[in-house]
Amino acid sequence: MKKSVFFGAMTLAGLAAGAAAAATLDDVKSRGKLNCGVSTGLAGFSAPDANGEWTGFDVAVCRAVAAAVLGDASAVEFIPTTGKTRFTALASGEIDMLARNTTWTFSRDVDLKFDFVGVNYYDGQGFMVPKELGVSSAKELDGATVCIQTGTTTELNLADFFRTNNISYEPVPIETNAEAQQQYLAGSCDVYTTDASGLAATRATFDAPDAHAVLPEIISKEPLGPLVRHGDNGWGDVVRWTMQALVAAEELGVTSANLAEMSGGTNNPEINRLLGSEGTLGEMLGLEADFGAKAIAAGGNYGELFAKNIGEDTPIGLARGLNALWTEGGLQYAPPFR
Amino acid sequence: MTDQTTNSIAFVADGNIPQSPPPARETGAVKWIRANLFSSWGNSLLTIAAGLVIYMVLSGAVPWMWNGVWTTSSLSECREVLAGEVGACFSVLSERWNQLLFGFQYPSDQYWRPTLAFLLLFVAGAPVLFFDLPRKLLAFTAIYPFLAFYLIWGGTLMAPIVAFLGVAAAAFVFQTYGKGSFALGFFGAIIAAFAVWFVGGALIPEGASEEAMLQAVPSRDLGGFMLNLMLGVTCVSLSVPLGIALALGRQSNMPLIKWICIIFIEFVRGVPLITLLFVASVMLSYFFPPDSTVDLFLRVVIMITMFSAAYIAEVIRGGLAALPKGQYEAADSLGLDYPQAMRLIILPQALKISIPGIVNVAVGLFKDTTLVSVISMFDLVGMIRGPILASTEWAGVYWELLGAAALLFFVVCYGISQYSQWLERRLATDHH
Repeated sequence: MKKSVFFGAMTLAGLAAGAAAAATLDDVKSRGKLNCGVSTGLAGFSAPDANGEWTGFDVAVCRAVAAAVLGDASAVEFIPTTGKTRFTALASGEIDMLARNTTWTFSRDVDLKFDFVGVNYYDGQGFMVPKELGVSSAKELDGATVCIQTGTTTELNLADFFRTNNISYEPVPIETNAEAQQQYLAGSCDVYTTDASGLAATRATFDAPDAHAVLPEIISKEPLGPLVRHGDNGWGDVVRWTMQALVAAEELGVTSANLAEMSGGTNNPEINRLLGSEGTLGEMLGLEADFGAKAIAAGGNYGELFAKNIGEDTPIGLARGLNALWTEGGLQYAPPFR
Repeated sequence: MTDQTTNSIAFVADGNIPQSPPPARETGAVKWIRANLFSSWGNSLLTIAAGLVIYMVLSGAVPWMWNGVWTTSSLSECREVLAGEVGACFSVLSERWNQLLFGFQYPSDQYWRPTLAFLLLFVAGAPVLFFDLPRKLLAFTAIYPFLAFYLIWGGTLMAPIVAFLGVAAAAFVFQTYGKGSFALGFFGAIIAAFAVWFVGGALIPEGASEEAMLQAVPSRDLGGFMLNLMLGVTCVSLSVPLGIALALGRQSNMPLIKWICIIFIEFVRGVPLITLLFVASVMLSYFFPPDSTVDLFLRVVIMITMFSAAYIAEVIRGGLAALPKGQYEAADSLGLDYPQAMRLIILPQALKISIPGIVNVAVGLFKDTTLVSVISMFDLVGMIRGPILASTEWAGVYWELLGAAALLFFVVCYGISQYSQWLERRLATDHH
């Protein structure tokens, strides 16, 4: 097998795409495929199923962008990335966009030279306790042992929270979510703390999920969203407004069920502009007029995607919370399509 | 005298006492148990303690495996079927078995290709591993790498053919000129190979891979245990010759070669493999221009090969150092030149001494291939940690999946170790 591999790679060299530079949109169009970086596996957000099909909430963003740009929600090459390889993959041009539950922070946006185009999930650090502990608020956790992943921002947030509330705790350092799960179930720690979506996903895999509760306190801000390389604003706009189209669709009541009907034209001009039967919004982005309709057709509006992948009827079982529309007390708010 | 026998002596034996069976405590299982398990107080205590431990492990493990569920489609269904009883959820293995073996991206109607390549591996490996077999079988071994490449990656048949022609040209040049001057043959062979690859590569029409007989599968779509085996086999078979060259180079009298080898070995041995893998996956994509990157699989193969070659070089250097100086002098006094002396006298002995060490490195390397999961390649462990444990159906199934992975690795590693013991017996020339 030795020399063949060597040679195979020599002939394949050049096939492996790595288009970078400015005009990502043109590259994607000429390639006919969107290279989208996703997580190697995070329940509800991105994971391949038994048939090898990628599904999940982050994956849906990739599919919506592919549908908007190329008109085909399946024209996506999913590039799995780990927490360590994700940023270099984007910076080196191996992927066109990254949709991998990445927290929008100052240094990532400014220092690493990326552009976060929005927030598709507002997360925050929470606490999970066994119900038999009888705790209903994180402020009652004085003296508790806490399972905490080392070397993460959650560790720092935890220390801050306990110090500001003037209570003490004993950390039990663990390495991975899997280890935490075992330690917590074995009773090595009273509390497990990580991002609330992670807590919910972990709790869903327990033998008896109802015996555990996620406490109401959220002690940090973790806005997760897709990002693109800095410097290609045209491409950044495409991803940003594709995502906003999904949110706007939910605001305006456009769903995958009534999409075909509404695409013909309605008496609401904003819907018409969003779906392309009126105005020239698609043209301004360098896309077809009905890019918004195609993006919504890929999997439904924001609310439908949420419900299908991580919502309360799924095993993950996340409530909308902060991710409800602004009209319903959440933070999801699409700028006007005009 | 008769008087004596009849009267004055009370008893005289006049026949053999019939043989009676040995006492019950000195025979069979009882004796074995007494001798081996309860020969002293200390031993008895240890036996009882060990028995308790074995009982505790088995009493937990046997019902767990016996009650195992094989046919459900998610972990929660497993729990429903078990209804609170202890039992494994092996359904994850039956549902995701193909993903564990081939990764989740390899086209499922093409699974026969890697399977066939795997079976042919035994045919190709047999004449190398068991040298009592007819030497003619080696012809297939020479073709096998190209055949396996074609089977696994697919695409145009021209690529492996051109690759094979290049190697054949190199071998021909080496045969022709290598006898006169080793260096001339060696470098001539390299030039010949590259010339053929260059010309042949230019002749392959653009887009030939698209309408190929076997559908082309990019490296990114490889995965599962197949990826571990491919990396293991490729890297071991590449790193043994490279390791021999490095070991000889380190002993060379030519300072340039010697120092290159020393620096290479010491540098690579001083760096953790995971660092090299990160360099392969992350850094190299910065170094190459965006439109021409080297295939990720190849990058990983190069890094793992370098790593294990450095270790194998040191193992072989130990073998070389163990040979008495007289062997080297004997080779010189026969008038053999350096390549001949090495090929005919020194290396056969040195390699024989090095077998356990080389096998040790090979087994370690094979297990190290699971490290590629950290650079987002979906090998067996990567498949388990990533897609399978992240799926909503199977999150939380650890013992079954990792146990199955351990079993697969154990089978291969134990096989390698048994082979090396056979090889040592087969090559033993001293008499006991």
